[in-house]
Amino acid sequence: MKNDRIVDSRIVGVSVPRKEGRDKVTGQAQYVDDMTLPHLLYGGTVRSRIPRGKIRKITFEPEIAWGEFVIVSAEDIPGKNCVALIVDDQPCLAHEAVNHPEEPILLLAHPDRHLLPKAVAAVSIEYDPLPVVLTIEESERHSEIIWGTDNTFKTYRMEKGDVDAAWEKADYIVEGEYTTGAQEQLYIENNGMIAAFDPQQGITVWGSLQCPYYVHKALMALCNLPADKVRVVQMETGGAFGGKEEYPSMIAAHAALLAMKSGRPVKIIYDRMEDMAATTKRHPSRTRHRTAVSKDGKILGGEIEFAIDGGAYTTLSPVVLSRGAIHAGGAYYWPSVRVSAKAVATNAPPHGAFRGFGAPQSLFALERHMDRIAQVVGLSPIEVRRRNFLKPGQTTTTEQTVREPIDLDKLLDRALELSDYRAKKDHFAKENASGTRRKGMGIAAFLHGAGFTGSGEGYLSSVVGVEGCADGRVRVLVSSTEFGQGTKTVLCQIAAETLGLPYEDVDIAQADTDQVPNSGPTVASRTVMVVGKLVQSAALGIKQTLLGGGLLGGSYSPEEFRAACQKQVGARGPFRSWAHFEAPSDVFWDDEKYRGEAYAAYAWAVYVAEVTVDLTTYSASVNDFVALQEVGKVLHPVLARGQIAGGIAQGIGYTLYEKVVWQDGRMQNGQMTNYIMPTSADLPPIRVFFEELGNVHGAFGAKGIGELPMDGPAPAIINAVEDALKVRFDSIPLLPEDIFEALTAKNEAQVSGGAR
Amino acid sequence: MTGSLEHGPPFELSFTVNGERKTVHAYPMERLLDTLRQQLGLTGAKEGCGEGECGSCSVLMDGALVNSCLVPVLQARDADIVTIEGLGAVGRLNDLQEAFLQCGGAQCGICTPGMILAAAHLLRKNPGPTMEEIREGLSGNLCRCTGYMQIFESVAEAMRRRDSATP
Repeated sequence: MKNDRIVDSRIVGVSVPRKEGRDKVTGQAQYVDDMTLPHLLYGGTVRSRIPRGKIRKITFEPEIAWGEFVIVSAEDIPGKNCVALIVDDQPCLAHEAVNHPEEPILLLAHPDRHLLPKAVAAVSIEYDPLPVVLTIEESERHSEIIWGTDNTFKTYRMEKGDVDAAWEKADYIVEGEYTTGAQEQLYIENNGMIAAFDPQQGITVWGSLQCPYYVHKALMALCNLPADKVRVVQMETGGAFGGKEEYPSMIAAHAALLAMKSGRPVKIIYDRMEDMAATTKRHPSRTRHRTAVSKDGKILGGEIEFAIDGGAYTTLSPVVLSRGAIHAGGAYYWPSVRVSAKAVATNAPPHGAFRGFGAPQSLFALERHMDRIAQVVGLSPIEVRRRNFLKPGQTTTTEQTVREPIDLDKLLDRALELSDYRAKKDHFAKENASGTRRKGMGIAAFLHGAGFTGSGEGYLSSVVGVEGCADGRVRVLVSSTEFGQGTKTVLCQIAAETLGLPYEDVDIAQADTDQVPNSGPTVASRTVMVVGKLVQSAALGIKQTLLGGGLLGGSYSPEEFRAACQKQVGARGPFRSWAHFEAPSDVFWDDEKYRGEAYAAYAWAVYVAEVTVDLTTYSASVNDFVALQEVGKVLHPVLARGQIAGGIAQGIGYTLYEKVVWQDGRMQNGQMTNYIMPTSADLPPIRVFFEELGNVHGAFGAKGIGELPMDGPAPAIINAVEDALKVRFDSIPLLPEDIFEALTAKNEAQVSGGAR
Repeated sequence: MTGSLEHGPPFELSFTVNGERKTVHAYPMERLLDTLRQQLGLTGAKEGCGEGECGSCSVLMDGALVNSCLVPVLQARDADIVTIEGLGAVGRLNDLQEAFLQCGGAQCGICTPGMILAAAHLLRKNPGPTMEEIREGLSGNLCRCTGYMQIFESVAEAMRRRDSATP
């Protein structure tokens, strides 16, 4: 599928060494807990132990020398008591009432970090408990209103065509309900932050985080400080996956409050239990499908109801809901469709960003539902998908015309071939007749939009800089952060390619709000496509300056460039070129009707899972996983493959291993010993393949890539489990006890059916 | 996470770290991880879980791969400890470090020091592991970024480099 939109390149498309790689493999990379400052205090957090209630009384038990501790409550907040983000409803410290377990109430700091856990435990809080809401169903019943007037953070309604007319034309109406559980991001580096306060310079925080300017905004509101008195510095960040998108603002706020009150720098590092219990997870969801289908398996129209559990405060739920709702129709053509989506409140800690951001939930539902449609109509899972695939020129559920020359039929063919799908399916059908193992094959076809939704990128108005330095090298200035994906490497590749320089001649600044402009948050698979394109423009600006000043000719060697750059800096000082995002004028998006160009580009994929279920242990395992995707130009093959394989591993965990056990809104298994992520021994070979169609909106034809691999594994695997067992499963995670229960119920049904 | 330290007053003990004799003052039940990081400034070992599940605090102690978050420093008396800082330096990577850099074995990097030590330990015990032995050998070290595939490839690449280096 190569085409002429992919240009010849020297550095882009080559797997150069990761910029910060040497520091990482030698243990020299500096994460926040590796950093220290003189006179440092350690901070801890006193949290709610109940899901909802009024705070009646706080007692400091006498066994602690409280005089040695710095103690901060909501009354110490100089500005607004909220974590400023979208809706300012989440307090930084609970004042009179709590709305979820683990809600922060008080902060403590002490020079000896070993004394903190005891002190935190020695603060006794009495509450007047209030009735709680713990599930989507309880929340939508409205018997208890815990947020706003109707427990609803946000709703969307999208409508395309005449859905009501579709029911009359339908040969079949296929219904289904699908649910997904919470998932912990489980970055191996726990959250952490250091804050220092100086009355003249203001507040500085160093931390593990994805979005420096989110933290910056939150601290300005909380500390009541102007922009130039707040500085946020990202340290090396040990995994994030969305989990460090918004919660770091909370921890930065806490460290800042303790630093302002004590006059000393304060470090807060969560331990694993605190991180798992208190910080955000993937939203639990429920999706209902009702689909009108013709006798030849074509979708005529449908209704999709998508609901997510947002937890106690708004945080990012409206945006997660938006992406989930837009992806709910997947890679198929819907002549008519109505999508109703809502994010509701419960008394759980707020759910937040996690790779995929709503799409893994709604796509799990859709791709399970496609298999159900296939069964009802009597087609294979392959054929039903083929008959409904989106084609260039057709419109998506938001009525966005597909302009990319994507050929999903071909993608599917290649995935089937790579996975040896047909031969294996035939073979398993025979093999499954006997023995204690059942094998199955499952597929998922899907898409993932890159960048912010609709008008989002326009609102963000990202800015990127490239700087010519005194030593003749160039430096990329962005707030886009590295947390494993390869941001630093790929953005340097783009600048080097644009300027015709060796990769080694390009550096990237640390993400420090005093040094870099706001290139937007590092989320939504937007970095390479959107920020990368701006890096390209800004780099061209540097070249123009040198060409325009007569310091450089039309063609030049790297040595000539360096000399020209040095001359320019010598004469005029360091020079910078800025690029600002401007939304293309021909892009239409209606925020009210949720209609139009939802995303500048989509990545497309077909995944195939081969699964074995052991009938003695009831465990399901994945034996082989083929992931084929079209992601535009692959700028760095090793990093790209690493993103896909890593996302699939998380997807396998989401499907078969990772279950958050809730009790009264609190995670009960917040340890790595009882919340199980896949180890190296649990995973199949993950075989990753790319098609490259290019993309006019991304640097050198790149699209987004980071979130895509989270979308496909769950439905592909559960479709394979159904293929193996001939039993339907519509919820994830699917654990051995769930399989046991379903098979026992099936056997009992057969026994009682036989007796009739 | 910090265990109870009140099993006696701080005391002096010595051990070897990366070939150098070190003397520290520590509570007997203080975790080796904290001593390494806070007293000796060897921050390459990371705390991921504090309960021996994730392996990001892995170090070699008398040739054995241990979770330094589970080792009371008392047990390290006179031991020979190797941390990631003892394997190679930024300008002088060892073959495993080179291979991890080349093959994408490190993404966010937080598990990398422990993972490279686990791989070094594996190859010391078994210089020619099969893919299955690599999978098993590294299963005590969790990585959330890579899906492990490129870590396996990194180990295989290090083996290849060793083979081609020995005539």
